Amino acid sequence: MDVKITINNAVKKYGDFTAIPDLSLEIQPGEFFTLLGPSGCGKTTLLRMIAGFNSIEGGTFYFGDRLINDLDPSKRNIGMVFQNYAIFPHLTVRKNVAFGLKNKKLPKEEIKAKTEEFMALMKISEYADRLPEKLSGGQQQRVALARALAIEPEVLLMDEPLSNLDAKLRVEMRTVIKEIQNRLGITTVYVTHDQEEAMAVSDRIAVMNLGVIQQIGSPKTLYQRPANQFVATFIGRTNLMEAQIKVEGKEKSIVFDNGYTVKMKNLTDVTDGQKVVVSVRPEELVINSKSETGSLVGKVLYSTFLGLNTHYVVELSNGTRAEIIQESLIDDIIENGTEVYLTVKAEKINVFTDDGEKSLVR
Amino acid sequence: MKKKAKFDFWVIASLVVLGLYLLFMVYPLLKIVRQSVLDDKTGALTLKHFIKFFSQPYYFRTLTNSFKVAICTCAISLALGVPLAYLYNMYQIRGRKTLQMLIILSSMSAPFIGAYAWVNLLGRAGAITKMFKTAFGITIPNIYGFNGILLVLSLKLFPLVFMYVSGAMKNIDKSLLEASANMGVSGTKRFFRIVIPLCMPSILAAALMVFMRAIADFGTPLMIGEGYTTFPVIIYNEYVGEVGTNHNFAAAIAVIAILITLVFFLVQRYLTKKNSFSMSAMNHVERKKAKPLGSFFIHLYSYGLVALALLPQLYLVYLSFRKTNPSGEVFQSGFSMQSYQHVFNRMGNTIWNTIRICGMALILIIILAILISYLTVRRRNVLNATIDTLSMVPYVIPGAVVGISMILAFNNRYLPLVGTAAIMVIAMCVRRIPYTIRSSVAILSQIPMSIDEAAESLGASKFKTLVKVTIPMMFNGLFAGAIMSWVTLITELSSSMLLYSFKTQTLNVAVYKAVANATDGRACALATVVSLFTVLSLVLFNKVSKDGEIMM
Repeated sequence: MDVKITINNAVKKYGDFTAIPDLSLEIQPGEFFTLLGPSGCGKTTLLRMIAGFNSIEGGTFYFGDRLINDLDPSKRNIGMVFQNYAIFPHLTVRKNVAFGLKNKKLPKEEIKAKTEEFMALMKISEYADRLPEKLSGGQQQRVALARALAIEPEVLLMDEPLSNLDAKLRVEMRTVIKEIQNRLGITTVYVTHDQEEAMAVSDRIAVMNLGVIQQIGSPKTLYQRPANQFVATFIGRTNLMEAQIKVEGKEKSIVFDNGYTVKMKNLTDVTDGQKVVVSVRPEELVINSKSETGSLVGKVLYSTFLGLNTHYVVELSNGTRAEIIQESLIDDIIENGTEVYLTVKAEKINVFTDDGEKSLVR
Repeated sequence: MKKKAKFDFWVIASLVVLGLYLLFMVYPLLKIVRQSVLDDKTGALTLKHFIKFFSQPYYFRTLTNSFKVAICTCAISLALGVPLAYLYNMYQIRGRKTLQMLIILSSMSAPFIGAYAWVNLLGRAGAITKMFKTAFGITIPNIYGFNGILLVLSLKLFPLVFMYVSGAMKNIDKSLLEASANMGVSGTKRFFRIVIPLCMPSILAAALMVFMRAIADFGTPLMIGEGYTTFPVIIYNEYVGEVGTNHNFAAAIAVIAILITLVFFLVQRYLTKKNSFSMSAMNHVERKKAKPLGSFFIHLYSYGLVALALLPQLYLVYLSFRKTNPSGEVFQSGFSMQSYQHVFNRMGNTIWNTIRICGMALILIIILAILISYLTVRRRNVLNATIDTLSMVPYVIPGAVVGISMILAFNNRYLPLVGTAAIMVIAMCVRRIPYTIRSSVAILSQIPMSIDEAAESLGASKFKTLVKVTIPMMFNGLFAGAIMSWVTLITELSSSMLLYSFKTQTLNVAVYKAVANATDGRACALATVVSLFTVLSLVLFNKVSKDGEIMM
């Protein structure tokens, strides 16, 4: 049942505007794959090309080894969950779930059995005879999911399915989605602009910007080893700092503008004196109360106590600001105006070429 | 996908609709244009009909007359309708729903019936005229001519303005008025500087509608004009008049009429485009309770206006129960059902014709309007954009012109439709369809596209999606719209007048003929039957429509 989705050199144009210039992608059978990016990056466009609602101006789309470019949406055997759920308001929950099954012309008993099965799976059996407008957002979402899954599609497509829910329900529903997907093992393509949501549900994520895939990888890889500055800033928070490369024999290090030097073991092909951008996540900065042998120097501007962690905003000696996250200590919070000395966790930080396009670490 | 057009349900629908438009609208109109440039005797190409129209004051004057009528009607209707809409939406009025029903009802009959009633009331031998003469010795100013036409049309058309503008005022958010009050703009100043500009798109739409109806109406000038001729009257006379008809000349006037209304249509579109914005109130305006004196005037104005507008219809109902001489020409003292007996005994098929022909037209209109609105909203492409444009053409074509074009096009061996019920059905469809499309487009725009996509992704074909999902979701709005269409169809006159035959005479045509034959009792009884149909339809409408919102 699970199929592999293969996209080769996809092109999408709206008149003269090219939304997706040239995109290739492979999604493994049973994988939970997420398209993540800011609004307008082409993620929904790509999803709708897979679903058949957008025309395809170039390239080939395969489900398994079946070419689907010219296949009508109704014949692609996909389950789709929409941002606004798109539940039929004139049909009861049961009829909504049975809608796709009826189109398959299955025997009556089978339709009935499957409808009940999937309503039970999504825990909506008790609302079976209600009209959708009587349901809450979360319940409607469950109906939409049950309806999409009931036809036992080869591919499940979800277009920002949680964006209309409130924060708490969103967290609850993403767990539900992940569990169901795990249980059924259905190849899933999920679109979201919420990176935390993407990290929580996905096996792999494709980060997109301006119609181009910036990086494909597991949530861990994307966070810890982003391929470029865009991914580094889009996934999680980070401090970008300018620095220079110093190569002395076999030893490579980066030098910040105040002279603070950090020895690096994982730099790739760099040259002495090369300008770079260093991406240091807030938790990769360590606050020291007294000067070590070389460190960044700054003054605490303000702090925010958030329970588990405390956030500090520090103005560095060169005038830029840096964000730091520290596990909250039992001692007092560092007072505003205090001078602090910052060091970085060398094995964790990322270094990019000065145009931000390419990562220089392994 | 772009390279090979796929022949799915909607592509076929596009082609069918386009074909229908070409055959039943474009082709007949081209026939008119062709006839307008042919010599009536030799058949040679000529512009003499146009020259005749513009060079002879008798004809040319009808054009300026029509303009005067249309522009003045427009102005008066706005002056009556906009304040009414304002009072209706901003202040508490007793019997709001009833008031609205009455306003709508007063607009729902053919203008010529109103003209006929007013002649009976204020004409030379009218009831009120006589009463004033005997009681006070006062002679009421002459109702015939320009003033009469204006009176009849304004009272008939201000409800249109009311409905359009009231719809827009409902969508004004309370906070907008509060914000303006906060900045020191309130009262009359606020009405002119905030409320009117906010309603401008609807006011323009209403103005166009009133203008088009007024300029295309020929029943009223015929009935009450007495020498004040407008060009639809000339078209009609030149076509079916008793003496000296000239079909080619009539066609030429029709072409001129279309060109002129087209100009107005385009000007209105341009103004609307410049003024277009959309409003949707989150918090509706709370209707204030006016001070006692103010409240009195508000009630006086709204109910007074409606009473005046309804007076003609009521008077005809009264007359219909009056005793007449046996041939129905002269009213005698006392009451009797004889007019109705005559109508039901001798003209039963007229009622059946009305139901049959209008019903057929209604079904076709709804089916086509659903298809066309779906095509233009959901499947935008060059073909459907063409259909969209074509669907608006009937806006600018006076009913009499539609009638003539039908006769010209289908008076031949291949499609001999003249004299059949089919030709009347087609004419009604052509005339009414733009309005129905407009309302179904509005309904369809409210349904998110993803609903259709959901159905498709669940394996439903395009046709099945339409039947199982889209139409059921549109149903309420469609049904309400259908009732309104029904009312306009049964009160249609201008094209039916030219197209009816002995076998396909409808109620409104029968009223007109009865009036023309001076069988007043029967005319009144028939008019009352039409009014009864209208009232029943409106009651039904109120039952179905959720918010009483009316889309014309």
